[in-house]
Amino acid sequence: MTDASIDPSSVRSGPLYKGTAQSRKRYAAERRFRLYGLIAVIFALTALVVLLGSIVSRGYSAFTQTYLTLEVTLDPGEFGAPQPNQAAPDQATLLGANYGGIVKRAIRVQFPDVTARRDKRSLTDLLSPGAADQLRDLVVADPSLIGKTVTVDVPMSDDADMLRKGFIDRTAQASSRRLDDKQIDWYDRLDKAGKIESKFNIPFFTTGDSREPELAGIWGAVVGSFLTLIVTLVLAFPLGVSTAIYLEEFAPKNRWTDLIEVNINNLAAVPSIVFGLLGLAVFLNVAGLPRSAPLVGGMVLALMTLPTVIIAGRAAIQAVPPSIREAALGVGASKMQTVMNHVLPLAMPGILTGTIIGMARALGETAPLLMIGMVAFIVDIPGGFNDPATVLPVQIYLWADSPERAFLEKTSAATMVLLAFLVIMNALAVLLRKKFERRW
Amino acid sequence: MSIGIILAVVMLFLMSSFYMGRNRAAASADVGRPLHSLPSYYGFYVALWCGIPALLVLGAWMFFDQKIIESLVVSGLPEDVRGMSADKLNLLMNDVRNLARGDIARASTPEPHIRAAVAHYESLQSTSIYASAVLVFAIALIGFLLSYRRIQPALRARNRVEKILTTVLLLSSLIAILTTIGIVLSLLFEAIRFFEKVPLHEFLFGLEWSPQTAIRKDQVGATGAFGMIPVMAGTLLITGIAMIVAVPIGLFSAIYLAEYASRRARAIIKPVMEILAGIPTVVYGFFAALIVAPAIRGFGEGIGLDVASESALAAGMVMGIMIIPFVSSLSDDVINAVPQSLREGSLGMGATPSETIRHVILPAALPGIVGAVLLAVSRAIGETMIVVMAAGLAANLTANPLEAVTTVTVQIVTLLVGDQEFDSAKTLAAFALGLVLFVITLMLNLIALRVVQRYREKYD
Repeated sequence: MTDASIDPSSVRSGPLYKGTAQSRKRYAAERRFRLYGLIAVIFALTALVVLLGSIVSRGYSAFTQTYLTLEVTLDPGEFGAPQPNQAAPDQATLLGANYGGIVKRAIRVQFPDVTARRDKRSLTDLLSPGAADQLRDLVVADPSLIGKTVTVDVPMSDDADMLRKGFIDRTAQASSRRLDDKQIDWYDRLDKAGKIESKFNIPFFTTGDSREPELAGIWGAVVGSFLTLIVTLVLAFPLGVSTAIYLEEFAPKNRWTDLIEVNINNLAAVPSIVFGLLGLAVFLNVAGLPRSAPLVGGMVLALMTLPTVIIAGRAAIQAVPPSIREAALGVGASKMQTVMNHVLPLAMPGILTGTIIGMARALGETAPLLMIGMVAFIVDIPGGFNDPATVLPVQIYLWADSPERAFLEKTSAATMVLLAFLVIMNALAVLLRKKFERRW
Repeated sequence: MSIGIILAVVMLFLMSSFYMGRNRAAASADVGRPLHSLPSYYGFYVALWCGIPALLVLGAWMFFDQKIIESLVVSGLPEDVRGMSADKLNLLMNDVRNLARGDIARASTPEPHIRAAVAHYESLQSTSIYASAVLVFAIALIGFLLSYRRIQPALRARNRVEKILTTVLLLSSLIAILTTIGIVLSLLFEAIRFFEKVPLHEFLFGLEWSPQTAIRKDQVGATGAFGMIPVMAGTLLITGIAMIVAVPIGLFSAIYLAEYASRRARAIIKPVMEILAGIPTVVYGFFAALIVAPAIRGFGEGIGLDVASESALAAGMVMGIMIIPFVSSLSDDVINAVPQSLREGSLGMGATPSETIRHVILPAALPGIVGAVLLAVSRAIGETMIVVMAAGLAANLTANPLEAVTTVTVQIVTLLVGDQEFDSAKTLAAFALGLVLFVITLMLNLIALRVVQRYREKYD
């Protein structure tokens, strides 16, 4: 008989299975453990976001620059009395004229009430020293402007630029500000008159370094990086590829090859600054090559990148299946023909990917270049492999050391440019891998 | 005329010799006497004979000519000038070089003997370049003629070209060895000169590091102190902080990605974390010096702690963040290498995933993880830019992470950047530190690579 009623106390409410205290503890431990992992991942990702975010938020403002619209009268008297037999002043007069004075007068005209000597000084301090250079370039390019009144947009000083971007606290004590009350007042009057505007900072991408933040640009460093990387590529790629070919295809398996292999793996982990010491001792002091030159920088970086290229090259060559080699050998190709005509072309995408990644690392490298003097203050754009030059990461290092507030945003902006280059190179590597990847 | 033009001419010569060799080979063959190799091999054969000796000579010339020219200029100087000390002579030669290059305005040197030296230097330089051009072209021509005359169908051109190529491949694989030898020799050579001035035991066990050697003898700190213990202690402190950040976070994220994350999450998170590894160290340095250090300082002041503005904590933490992807990707590899059967056996016995990881996977992967951590330590010790920008210069012997400490790499950079004379103990000390750095990282790498390798063999 099964008509016994169900004992209500045996009906469980709640979840079907309720574990013992021990199993609950074990599941809690499981969840905790999983949480630790998640926290670690989130921490790493947060660090990345904070790092990139703080650089972008500090750097984006460097892409604009504050300009003052100025009406400049180019008084012929400034360029000397014109010679009777000469239509225009000669080059030397054009280059040597007192453009600073002309620009200063042009801004003083706007404030007739400023008469004290010190006030005049601080008024002209609102303008960048680059304003005079800009005017000079204008006149040299077109001497017929002399005697006319031209309207030019000249860069303002870094302090005025910072004021416009809101980095100078107007409410702070005048003595702790870079601009005093009068200067701020003049700035506001110019602003109200509609003479001040922010424009895209083209000079940042076209000029070399400068002591004046508003004139400093990254083009010199970009060219230096480019020249250095060319030297690195020209040296590291052929050497790396031939080493990889030799070790994978030709080297006998003996202690000698083992030594080379251990050596390469070790070199890949040697601190980069040690390569800088090598460059200083060998390339500069023994071989007598010029300091600060992209040639030497490229050679040092090539030695540093070589292990990366070799390791990538070996992996790519290994990935080519033996059947390819056997087929080539089978139809009568020599070992060298097999490697050069069949294995190497198939391994090339992999080798190129590894090379690009190695180049990207070389582009971001700073420490070894400090050792060989690429850390100098260089205004000129380098024109060749032996010219003194600096590279983008070293420029960031130099600017990061500068005390001016305006260099902080320049540093961040230069960092953004460097990261952009790295992203492009890595994207290229990924694209190459995607496009040519072959599953055997 | 410059090196570039010489190179271009040689290249042109190479190409034409290739075509000439190939055509001669093709023309020399007939029905009874077939060519041994494909015609292009004869072209390569001639081109290699033409190019390799010429380029080798050009390289050697470029390497030595500056030295020879300078010693000639020095020996051409007047008697009394030549008698000067080596340092002064060096300075003078520097002037001459700069004048010849046009770096200094010519009008600014009044002394006639310098002007004469500059003229001498310039004439020697132009002689050198013309002489090298003549020599290189002559060698190329001789090589061409010798090999061109030898072309005939029976010549085993392919075998010879392949032999040369194999030799080139072998030689380029020796560059890696040469680099290591170069590093060891250059560091050793300068370090030995340093130890002639500062005894070895003082360097290894000295407790004070202040490498400023004064210009005048009576200045304060006229004798620098070169004890590397405080520098080493600072390096280890910062490395330790970096490891405290990087090892748990790297390891746990590797575990999470390998064992818990879904395939899609893994495909997104892993490359994003790799971005951290691709960011240049100078960017981390900037981040540490301008954002993390002030934040830590502000936080410390908020709770009443005295934090140095270049605290070891800031540099160490940022370095730890930099190393996270390094630890995590290496650990990820070893965790994935643990055979699936171990995992399934453990889960089948009723263990939870975390118990499986803790009691089965981690012990099995431990050697690999240790290797990864050792590599990470070696990386942290050798890391330069973060500490140069965010750590201090003064060598404090302290274990307090809130104080400023200095590291080996910082000292190398500060000793070698800027004006330097090459024989002072100060400059040479940088090489001694470099040697220490190289030896430490070399040992760590060797041990780590061996551990990882041995471990891999076990499961393969």
